[in-house]
Amino acid sequence: MTFLERYETLLGKLPGDSALRAAASDAFRSAGLPGATRGRPSEAWKYTSLRSLAETRFRSGEPKHEAETILARLPLLDVPRLVFVDGEFSDRLSVHIANDGDGTAKSAEAPLSSPGSLKIARFADQPDFGTLTWPDREPMVALNTMLAEDGVSLHIPANHDCGTIQLISVATTDADLHPRHTIRLDAGAKLTLIEMSAGEGVYFLNTVAEIHVADGAHLTHIRLQDESLTAFHISTTYAEVAATATYDSFTLNIGARLCRTEVHATLAGEHATAHLNAVQLLMGAQHADFTSVVGHLAPHGTSRQTVKNVLSGRSRGVFQGRIEVARAAQKTDGYQMNQALLLSPDAEIDSKPELEIFADDVKCSHGATVGELDAEQIFYLRSRGVPDAEARSILVRAFLSEALDAVTDEAVRGSLERAVESWWQRNKA
Amino acid sequence: MLEIRGLSACIGDKEILKGIDLTVPQGEIHAIMGPNGSGKSTLGYVLSGREDYTVTGGTVTFNGANLLEMEPEARAIAGVFLAFQAPIELPGVNNANFLRTALNAVRRARGEAELDAVQFLKLARAETKRLHMRDDMLKRNVNVGFSGGEKKRNEVLQMALLRPKLAILDETDSGLDIDALKIVADGVNALRSAEFSALVITHHQRLLDHLVPHRVHVLSQGRIIRSGGPELAKELEQSGYASLIAEAA
Amino acid sequence: MAVETETLETVQALTQSGYKWGFETNVEMEFAPKGLNEDIIRLISARKQEPAWMLDWRLKAFAAWQKMEEPQWARVEHPPIDYQDLHYYAAPKKKAGPKSLDEVDPELLAMYEKLGIPLKERAILAGVDPDAAEGGSRQIAVDAVFDSVSVATTFKETLSKAGVIFCPISEAIREYPDLVKQYLGTVVPVGDNFFAALNSAVFTDGSFVYIPKGVRCPMELSTYFRINARNTGQFERTLIIAEEGSYVSYLEGCTAPQRDENQLHAAVVELVTMDDAQIKYSTVQNWYPGDEHGKGGIYNFVTKRGACRGARSKISWTQVETGSAITWKYPSCVLLGEDSVGEFYSVAVTNNHQQADTGTKMIHVGRGSRSTIVSKGISAGHSNNTYRGLVRMAPTAKNARNFTQCDSLLIGDRCGAHTVPYIESRNLTAKVEHEATTSKIAEDQLFYCRQRGLSEEDAVGLIVNGFCKDVLKELPMEFAVEAQKLLAVSLEGSVG
Repeated sequence: MTFLERYETLLGKLPGDSALRAAASDAFRSAGLPGATRGRPSEAWKYTSLRSLAETRFRSGEPKHEAETILARLPLLDVPRLVFVDGEFSDRLSVHIANDGDGTAKSAEAPLSSPGSLKIARFADQPDFGTLTWPDREPMVALNTMLAEDGVSLHIPANHDCGTIQLISVATTDADLHPRHTIRLDAGAKLTLIEMSAGEGVYFLNTVAEIHVADGAHLTHIRLQDESLTAFHISTTYAEVAATATYDSFTLNIGARLCRTEVHATLAGEHATAHLNAVQLLMGAQHADFTSVVGHLAPHGTSRQTVKNVLSGRSRGVFQGRIEVARAAQKTDGYQMNQALLLSPDAEIDSKPELEIFADDVKCSHGATVGELDAEQIFYLRSRGVPDAEARSILVRAFLSEALDAVTDEAVRGSLERAVESWWQRNKA
Repeated sequence: MLEIRGLSACIGDKEILKGIDLTVPQGEIHAIMGPNGSGKSTLGYVLSGREDYTVTGGTVTFNGANLLEMEPEARAIAGVFLAFQAPIELPGVNNANFLRTALNAVRRARGEAELDAVQFLKLARAETKRLHMRDDMLKRNVNVGFSGGEKKRNEVLQMALLRPKLAILDETDSGLDIDALKIVADGVNALRSAEFSALVITHHQRLLDHLVPHRVHVLSQGRIIRSGGPELAKELEQSGYASLIAEAA
Repeated sequence: MAVETETLETVQALTQSGYKWGFETNVEMEFAPKGLNEDIIRLISARKQEPAWMLDWRLKAFAAWQKMEEPQWARVEHPPIDYQDLHYYAAPKKKAGPKSLDEVDPELLAMYEKLGIPLKERAILAGVDPDAAEGGSRQIAVDAVFDSVSVATTFKETLSKAGVIFCPISEAIREYPDLVKQYLGTVVPVGDNFFAALNSAVFTDGSFVYIPKGVRCPMELSTYFRINARNTGQFERTLIIAEEGSYVSYLEGCTAPQRDENQLHAAVVELVTMDDAQIKYSTVQNWYPGDEHGKGGIYNFVTKRGACRGARSKISWTQVETGSAITWKYPSCVLLGEDSVGEFYSVAVTNNHQQADTGTKMIHVGRGSRSTIVSKGISAGHSNNTYRGLVRMAPTAKNARNFTQCDSLLIGDRCGAHTVPYIESRNLTAKVEHEATTSKIAEDQLFYCRQRGLSEEDAVGLIVNGFCKDVLKELPMEFAVEAQKLLAVSLEGSVG
């Protein structure tokens, strides 16, 4: 069954605004999956084609794999977690959030609810499509809008620090899943959100998240994608950052056959900050695309980006990053660095860092480097007695550890380091 | 222990060493002096096995082994240490981890037990203290953000820990103030023993005041044009290379 | 030092405000009827007395063009172009091609004089001992293309003694058909892109250069393009072949009269270098940019590409782009030969309502091939200036290297500066480094200059010239002086 056919069969059964879904289905019908339909090539999808996705048929069915086993493989933290299994909220596997006062505490017994300050709702119960997207904004957003069934809406009221929450997707069957999340931080609120995804089988996860960070609020958004190597993972995030607020995101992609992470961060208020850092570690025939657009709309915004690709096997890494500075966004300070390390003769990197600038009093720059390990550095290590293979391993790890420096929370970084280590072990094998 | 016979080497099409003969017996310190571009640094790189240089002739034996056939790490393990003129920065590589990895590679080869982190740190701290280095240099990334003097001291620290049989100091004195120079010289002098030899590549007499060499060799255009005792360095300091080179020509 | 004197005079003319090349020349013209179809192509081919193979080649290109669409990916906007509302052939009446300089229409000679382009060989040498000229001011051979035809080529004799062929391409098609056949369309195939296909179908003239094996071209070669007639498109075609071990430096300049309507210029340039050969190609592009409200100006849609076919061969593009309402141009290098070298040095200035989308492509195929890209974009007024560049490392490009530096400068807050690099690597030993910055002229730099007595405009000129230095130094000396002044003129009125 195609996505559109499935939409037809679900007609009237999906929660929320049916007119919006109908508009999204029209948009998706006319756009199609990028790279899979003929016609004018899309500049936004220049290096990633979804032809292989279009050729794969998904069906929802009985779970084929144990969700617990998959969950246990993830470097989980000892903090509250919301778990979705095959796109549906799992009460059983979630470690819920009970609210006491203005902080949060975990409690295995408490049901998912929204007492007191933190408001949580399931998309299935209270569908929220947000305000930052519209049906024909991106084909993959249209697809999600058309088929979204569940997800979470988190709302942190003003001046509350909600600590760390994990949002986890586990896939156990060969289905297509379209989670829809909205995260709202009111003025001065604070949250660290850790998204992790993993699974078994040939499935397709197509997440859309909408994020609002109000004045002075601070959201740290960490993402670990460790999907099955036969899976498709597409994630699109829209974040709007208000005055003096910070959206600090870090993405680590190691799994999936084909992965696309697309982040649109808009600095809408003065002195807003966005960090869009990412690391992609690929091997075999994996393809991963990190695409970002930072929109500076207001003065005195700061954006920082470090994106690193480490590519072995026949893998292909893609980075597209655009910094846009609007006329009004004077005194913008934007910097972007992307580096790719090729470890194999068959790996490929495609990189497109873009600057689009309409304000004159700005400081914007980007840098890009592509290549293999530095011969001088290898020699230096060897001249101190370190064997060649070990010297290379030290330098790759150093390259990665530098990328993880952007994650300041030690527990979170530890968790990501474990994920990197497991990739490294797998890659060596 | 080090025997260089008729060594010539080139980089690309450019011949830099044109037949070097040099013997450094065990326990001796020899200085190599010479103008810029005479091939001093090349000699250091060729002895330590840098791949951009091609050896076109001659032999180098080190304690009876054919040095030129060995991989760079094998030479290091055999006891050849090159203190780089411009030490390489290794972003993201922690200095202490780097030093421990190198030290354990050498210890393994010598049949000594590897050091764990605690043992290593104890040893390294003692050495850093002796070299008047700040403890935090161990925590920082290798040579990243180090001042010129700090980089040179970091080289000497590595040398002190690895205890080589032959140290090649490639202009380790350049860019050092007098105090730092003394610290570096003391670091080398502390290693002096009947088993330790050194090739000290330098422009200046200055370092040789602190590290009195057994022999001084003058290198010009890829050849050793004169050798002598420590007094040769003093002579050079006064008269310069020009007259010597003219004499040799 | 006649050339320098002339340069100085040109420079003096330049330092007065406004576009100084906007005058029209009254020459009797012959036009083909407006519109584009096979008959027009046959007419062009017939007028040029071309052999049948050339006509077939054109018709093939025309067939390809009819199936193509104008490219949409560049950041430029313009009302639709009516390709049927243009003259595809316009030539000064009189003889098809003057045999010698003496036969050239005096009106034309006067025009070139006014533009500062010496078409008289003796003018260049006047008062200078020929031997002294070798070391000091260089001799420059000029091919002058006026609308659709080449009107004069100087120094042909000196060049032919060295074995160098420098002539209008229309002449080369007749005189050296084998050479033209062997190379034409091999670097830019007829169906390469919309504008290249159009050019292949209708090109009327341009320059042909052939440097034989081992010859260092005894003087700089130069083509001077002039659009004069109304409602014409200019479609010139340049082909330069540098055989093994040869060297040539080629300069290109262009101007057009000031008109209210837009005019189309769609050129194709193909360069080929064999083993150890070098071509240095310099352009000062000063087509009429339109007025301060964006009315009029040339649409400069140009395909320039060089193929480094031989080992250690080198192609170096240097461009100073100050003119045209719209510039769409990516001088590129296909680095096929082992250790071949590609270079692209560019200054692009946009002011008022100009739009530029320009950059390069460096396609690395050969082992050890190296490329350098230095691009300086300056936007002022309401203009938009985009650098668009591709660096591609093929799987065969072992140890290839690229370094790219792209800097943009914004003057005023109504303009835009954009950087769109594409980096594609499929060889792990290949190394690509790219850096880009966007900034404005620092207040403290301006203040420092003004405190020393410079006017704000002069200070900006000085700083902009400094900003462009890495590119300007690549230009031949006479060109560099002109280019510097041109930068100042182009930015006039952008400050304060």
